[in-house]
Amino acid sequence: MRELALHILDIAENSISANADEIKIIVEEDLQKDILRILIQDNGKGMDAETLAKITDPFITSRKTRSVGLGIPFFKAAAEACQGSFTIHSVPGKGTTVEAVFKHSHIDRMPLGDIESTLITLLMGTPEIHWIFEYRNNESCFIFDDKPIKETLEGIPLSEPAVMRYIREMIETGIQEVHLSGIMEATH
Amino acid sequence: MPSVKSLDDLKKIREDALKKQQLKETSGKTEVIVGMGTVGIAAGARETLKAILDIIEKDNLSDIIIRQTGNIGLDSYEPIVQVILPGEEKVSYGKVNPEMARRIMKEHVLGGEIVKDFQIEG
Repeated sequence: MRELALHILDIAENSISANADEIKIIVEEDLQKDILRILIQDNGKGMDAETLAKITDPFITSRKTRSVGLGIPFFKAAAEACQGSFTIHSVPGKGTTVEAVFKHSHIDRMPLGDIESTLITLLMGTPEIHWIFEYRNNESCFIFDDKPIKETLEGIPLSEPAVMRYIREMIETGIQEVHLSGIMEATH
Repeated sequence: MPSVKSLDDLKKIREDALKKQQLKETSGKTEVIVGMGTVGIAAGARETLKAILDIIEKDNLSDIIIRQTGNIGLDSYEPIVQVILPGEEKVSYGKVNPEMARRIMKEHVLGGEIVKDFQIEG
């Protein structure tokens, strides 16, 4: 995969498969510390210690449809290839947290990519899940929580065209504004 | 375009959508499903779904249910798109790029004709 945003989508898919009903994604860019941090936290079924120990092994998967699961090993390798770190913490019955930290300026660091499309894909494809997203760029922050939106809609689906446009514009504008003000801060 | 969106804007959108719903008969909804497993994502499933969402938004198509699913079990055909018209069998399409997705939306979802060129068993 050529974008960190695609890895985020893939890891969040694991959370969906683990029957999570609340998933939080944090993306943080800090140029002063020279890091890009990604955190994906779910309240799904979690994994026991044995499964957790094996989960970064490319030849292990909990799925039955295919014998090889590559998502987590790929993501781990991407972080470790640029002086970063990768941790996964899981408690059976409580959920799983995946954190990857990248050296921001590392030449091999993949671009963040189209994070807006990743979020819209997750929101529209799994409207039953409560999604929380935070994007931090230096001092600026955009927080998207779909709960007030769903409460206001009172049963009107997210796939209603005008609702889709509202959410898409909200996410795109929010991320772009934080990204731009982050760059402004960094250059002053 | 206003950069700050308020929930009041959303309430207005909700009221309009409700009026539209009341005008329509209950004719059942079409489901469009996109496979979002690791292989699907690597093969471009996000861009395929994006093309489908773009059409729904631009052509103002209500009453379409969008779903995503994990691995469908047909890796070599990813990205996979499945369409279920009300009261009809599920139809699967393989190796669906954004251009093909637009054709499936136009011909199958809106026109009711299966796009046989892209159809797979599944």
